[in-house]
Amino acid sequence: MSFRLGHGGRLIDRARPLGFSFDGRRMTGFAGDTLAAALLGAGETLMGRSFKYHRPRGAVAAGVEEPNALMGIGSGPQAEPNARATVVELAEGLEATSQNRWPNLALDIGQLTGLGARLMPAGFYYKTFIHPRAAWKHVFEPVIRRAAGLGRAPRGPDPDRYEQLYAFADVVVAGGGVAGLHAARLAAEAGRRVIVFEQAAHWGGRAPVEGEPVGGLPADAWVAAQLADLAARPNVTLRARATVFGLHDHGYLLAEERCGEGGGTGPRRRLWRVRAGLTVVACGAFERPLPFAGNDRPGVMLAAAVRDYLVNWAVAPGRAVAVVTGCDDAYRTAMALAGAGVRVPVVADLRPGGGGALAARARAMGLRVADGACIARVLGGRSVTGVVLAPADGDGSGGEEIACDAVAMSGGWSPAVHLWSQPGGGLAWDADRGLFRPDPARAPTGADGRPMAVAVGAAAGELALDAALADADRALRAVLGLPAGAPPVTAATAEAPPRTAAMLPARAGHRLRAKAFLDFQNDVKVSDIELAAREGYVSVEHAKRYTTLGMATDQGKLSNVAGIAVLAEARGTPVPEVGTTTFRPPFVPVTIGGLAGEASGPLFQPVRMTPLHGWHAARGAVWEPVGLWRRAYAYPATGERTADAVAREVLAVRGRVGLLDASTLGKILVRGPDAGRFLDMLYVGMMSTLPVGRCRYGVMCNEQGFVTDDGVVARLGSETFLCHTTTGGADRIHGWMEEWLQTEWWDWKVWTLNLTEQFAQIAVAGPKARVLLERLGGMDVSREAQPFMRWAEGRLSGIAARVFRISFSGELSFEIAVAASDGPALWERLMAEGADLGVTPYGTEAMHVLRAEKGYIIVGDETDGTVTPRDLGLERMIASGKADFIGRRGMERAHLVDPGRWRLVGLAAEDGAVLPEGAYAATDARNANGQRVTEGRVTSSYFSPTLKCGIALGLVRRGPERMGEVLAFPAAGGRVLKARIVEPVFHDKDGARLNG
Amino acid sequence: MRRYSVFALAREALRGHTGWGRAWGAAAPRAAYDAVIVGAGGHGLATAYYLGRNHGIRNVAVLEKGWLGGGNTGRNTTIIRSNYLQDASAAIYEKARSLYETLSQELNFNVMFSPRGVMMLAQTEHEVKGYRRTAMANALQGVATEFIGPDRVKALVPIIRIDGPRYPVLGALWQPRGGTARHDAVAWGYARACAAMGMDIVENCAVTGIRVENGAVAGVETTRGPIATRRLGLVVAGHSSVLAAMAGFRLPIESLCLQALVSEPVKPCMDVVVMANTVHGYMSQSDKGEMVIGGGTDGFNNYSQRGSWHHIEETLRALCETFPVLSRLKMLRQWGGIVDMTGDRSPIISRAPVGGVFVNCGWGTGGFKAIPGSGWAMAELMARGEPGPLAAEFDMFRFREGRFIDESVAAGVAH
Ligand SMILES: Cc1cc2nc3c(=O)[nH]c(=O)nc-3n(C[C@H](O)[C@H](O)[C@H](O)COP(=O)(O)OP(=O)(O)OC[C@H]3O[C@@H](n4cnc5c(N)ncnc54)[C@H](O)[C@@H]3O)c2cc1C
Repeated sequence: MSFRLGHGGRLIDRARPLGFSFDGRRMTGFAGDTLAAALLGAGETLMGRSFKYHRPRGAVAAGVEEPNALMGIGSGPQAEPNARATVVELAEGLEATSQNRWPNLALDIGQLTGLGARLMPAGFYYKTFIHPRAAWKHVFEPVIRRAAGLGRAPRGPDPDRYEQLYAFADVVVAGGGVAGLHAARLAAEAGRRVIVFEQAAHWGGRAPVEGEPVGGLPADAWVAAQLADLAARPNVTLRARATVFGLHDHGYLLAEERCGEGGGTGPRRRLWRVRAGLTVVACGAFERPLPFAGNDRPGVMLAAAVRDYLVNWAVAPGRAVAVVTGCDDAYRTAMALAGAGVRVPVVADLRPGGGGALAARARAMGLRVADGACIARVLGGRSVTGVVLAPADGDGSGGEEIACDAVAMSGGWSPAVHLWSQPGGGLAWDADRGLFRPDPARAPTGADGRPMAVAVGAAAGELALDAALADADRALRAVLGLPAGAPPVTAATAEAPPRTAAMLPARAGHRLRAKAFLDFQNDVKVSDIELAAREGYVSVEHAKRYTTLGMATDQGKLSNVAGIAVLAEARGTPVPEVGTTTFRPPFVPVTIGGLAGEASGPLFQPVRMTPLHGWHAARGAVWEPVGLWRRAYAYPATGERTADAVAREVLAVRGRVGLLDASTLGKILVRGPDAGRFLDMLYVGMMSTLPVGRCRYGVMCNEQGFVTDDGVVARLGSETFLCHTTTGGADRIHGWMEEWLQTEWWDWKVWTLNLTEQFAQIAVAGPKARVLLERLGGMDVSREAQPFMRWAEGRLSGIAARVFRISFSGELSFEIAVAASDGPALWERLMAEGADLGVTPYGTEAMHVLRAEKGYIIVGDETDGTVTPRDLGLERMIASGKADFIGRRGMERAHLVDPGRWRLVGLAAEDGAVLPEGAYAATDARNANGQRVTEGRVTSSYFSPTLKCGIALGLVRRGPERMGEVLAFPAAGGRVLKARIVEPVFHDKDGARLNG
Repeated sequence: MRRYSVFALAREALRGHTGWGRAWGAAAPRAAYDAVIVGAGGHGLATAYYLGRNHGIRNVAVLEKGWLGGGNTGRNTTIIRSNYLQDASAAIYEKARSLYETLSQELNFNVMFSPRGVMMLAQTEHEVKGYRRTAMANALQGVATEFIGPDRVKALVPIIRIDGPRYPVLGALWQPRGGTARHDAVAWGYARACAAMGMDIVENCAVTGIRVENGAVAGVETTRGPIATRRLGLVVAGHSSVLAAMAGFRLPIESLCLQALVSEPVKPCMDVVVMANTVHGYMSQSDKGEMVIGGGTDGFNNYSQRGSWHHIEETLRALCETFPVLSRLKMLRQWGGIVDMTGDRSPIISRAPVGGVFVNCGWGTGGFKAIPGSGWAMAELMARGEPGPLAAEFDMFRFREGRFIDESVAAGVAH
């Protein structure tokens, strides 16, 4: 059983005990503990259950790579699932809960699946659950889903805050170990702007754990000196608890800072988005487990992790710890354990020739070292009771049982190449060291084609302290163009070459292979990879996907290389030929809320408001979101139904006068000597001939000849036009104009400006509109002075205004544009002056009904990107005299001039009912695919308060040629609605009112 | 082919699963085939399968430059639905969906088709209209969909926020028999069935040239030597333009990166697939428990399978608004694939301007769902030289004539 030593622990403060709970049980640890350290210190080795077989598991690592000890932290809306206990900082009152077990961690029912493990090798689910057909969805899948998953997602909105920022740096150093700190120091001294990110709460990485001196100082002191120096420099930013998790093209680097931890205040997470000239990948290396049967038992840990727990937190994994290793490094663990008074019954070294100098030192300490030996089996269930020692190249038979309660294993190291590889950096297999390391000849390159990253230290494959520092020194000097120098002095230890193993013992049979785990969380064993290879899933990506190796939350940090070794052996090819899977961001899982950032709730796509928004809100407007705007849909009086309000508003406009907030309409100023010529290209009609002072309705198409926008264009001056667009089209059309000007007609003298938000625009519509404007006074709005489709400037009621006589309702109507800030005053004046005229504000729905009664189209209702101007009966709009315009060629193509196209008509339901929008007219025929043949559809449909019946617009095959025909519209519930094809103009066909 | 079943599994369990053979053979290419398919993605493999199954053409090779299924087939978010608007689309996607219903039995390989239901949220009035229209079109096309109100949405997806401050959920287009399947299994299942018919699936074999004689195809050059054939199918998604260039013609295709991501696995909290087009995000939960998330394509053409980061932020922002539970989960992995986009967002299944060459591409961001139907239609086209009714409207010459099958119309213009 694990326990806390009576002394030591460089990161803990024994004077500050902290209370916490695990599955409801109260425990204590110390300030500076991680949750895993505190649990081990309290004697808890069982920390979780695996994904597939629900096997009991303990912490195997001490850092971000931990696959087993995942827990739920906290409760309620602030809970976090799947937290790695090995990196969670202990805090007073912390609540930890184990996951993926029922009813509790020790007695998990799910572990019964382990009994069927033989029936459930890799990919078993592809071979079964096939019959009966319905059973997959209704029986098998629900069971599998319930058993899968790890923690529980918290319900309810996240109460925490997340922050995002941009930063720029010449050099970003990812990793604050000794290589990273030395690299940072060199870059800082060379005057570069430097940011150093360290994912842990403390600096220095592994070196302070090892205790070897650096630069003549104890490692801890050297690290402190570097930090003090760096912190004092204005060109350096240091951030601990900040993980660089992604390096993208062009040096775009992402880091997650955990501000909320370690008693920090401020946001829970902060996302750093950094443009980095150079990224120094100094992320260290991950130790690999060894594949032997029972290597997943709680109490079996990575050797360096054992050392971390011992040195950093004064925690030992057991009273007697067996060590098994393929490299020299684990001897450090053996000696550290022995030095701390923990019994080390054996060090099994896979290498027939044994280890180097460290092994000799261990022997000299009196430790039993067995060369060419391995652990063939771990004894025990929920904890370790012993191991079977056997020859590493044997079949595991015989062997010597050795009692112990923990195991430290080392299968060598894998550089943390993730950040190097994400943007495309190449790797090389280093056979001597048994690892994939960054290949400097295939560095990821930036926009200038030069390397944008350099890997240093252990991340570059230089595992020894002296070599790591020398490598960082050399690499940074080269890339920064500095003169050669000397790295901080350290002692060198000669290490013997490591040995990687695909299986221990090498000739073990199936039974042992089926218990030797590669991917702990996903329960992928050596036998699974072998099965994948046998079945032809021999590409490393196939093997991964078939077995799920490397797909767990550690993303293969522990398992990938071991899995590749098994695959290589099964295929009979060398490891580098198997290759690695692709490294993808993020380096470690990152909180999604932090990636979403502050832009949530009302800040998520903030609402655009017209100058009159407040007025509408105060009158209880019902809102309609239109793009980013929110427009008043209708203004129901207290107790009034929305539909009734719409009808009332329509009748007010038809009978008296109404006000519409039209401020959201796009208003794009187009100016310059070539403005007329430009608009002639943009619109299907002619704009260059428009006289100053006049307005003209225009339709725009895309290159394909389909309608994309429409609106009224006013000529303000000889070189100046104001183009009105639809509300939703304003930004798109402005972008469209710029695209053409910048890519095709870049030599034309035209400038565009989107003025949409500069003006408040109010439509005053209805027979009393002129009377109302005259009451405001200041401008002559008489029929003679301002006929239809003219505009004039002046002062209305003292407010500078541009008045357009245009109409979208079919009534006498003026649209008045004033400076945005004058909008509310003008609106209030209109309301006040018009009170006795019955002036009525009307919303977008009344506007829709009014225009439909007149047969006016709405882009987006009558059009959907497949409708031409001709389809809409707008052929007269198409200027015949123009050489070219956007869409001209498109609309001449065979299908667009086909006489059988669907064209705009009115539709009158036989009983005066309101046809459902979107309904299709169908014939009784069926096409070759068995679908009903359609011949038209309803594009808009309303109840017309003016006509007291339903009216609709629609597109119908050869519609205008078929007036009076009755179409059948199949509707829900087998009903068929009948409607007659009629003219699209339902009201005031000769336009008398408009000219009123 | 050794049949898969629980009994076979039990027998093998007794001998440590040592008796299983390869799912598909590691074929070396032969000198000539009756038909050659380039691209062992889902569409290429399904084409080969139905060539054999429906048309008796079995002397077929499928050439893959990497590992089979490694293109978009192995990168997508596996949404299967057929609630398309246009008749031609609804026909082929519904054919595919209905073939998915029995694909596990057909291939004797569990592809885990799970008709858990797909809903497309309406979050503006415009979308409400669009989806009502689609539902009515679907009714006439024989596709079972329905427009449902916010209460049904909430009942089906309890973790959804229907009254968000920005875009409240106004309803949804609901296809109860839409769902997901396991993408790799679809590729593997077809590959295994093709191999069982004697076809050669040749991996690590990139086509580097297309031999054309007298206006007709004579064979292909590959990294594993020349292969002769008079019938060539190009089914390479994002790389279609590259292959077309080898045969000397151009395609109206743009290649863009589309990204996806998964969260860490959590216990089941969402059974159905939800798509939210106003805010550009969609999400489902895999059988492993990961939240599978996708968004929009990059704004520029490229072949790098990485993608622009800001799209990930935008997608997650949108989904956190709709699904507050996401906020405290962690993103586990993010990736990209190169999608082949046509101007009307509909695919191309067509004869090429070069005799004997056929192209199947343009599935863009949504072709996983189409795999069985597309393979069915493409095989018919390759076997007969003429399209059947499913492929009839998807020829590449439609762009010249303006005969679009426009599926982006629902996203028309807001007013
Ligand atoms: C992130 C993402 C999410 C998606 N989500 C969905 C979804 O939810 N639902 C949905 O229906 N669809 C989705 N899709 C789209 C779907 O993945 C694709 O439409 C579909 O997989 C295309 O299949 P394919 O067989 O045509 O192409 P691929 O699977 O890409 O296969 C093409 C193959 O051709 C090979 N190839 C290329 N060049 C050569 C050559 N010269 N020689 C030999 N071989 C070559 C490639 O290596 C590749 O294997 C998504 C796509 C992406 C990228």
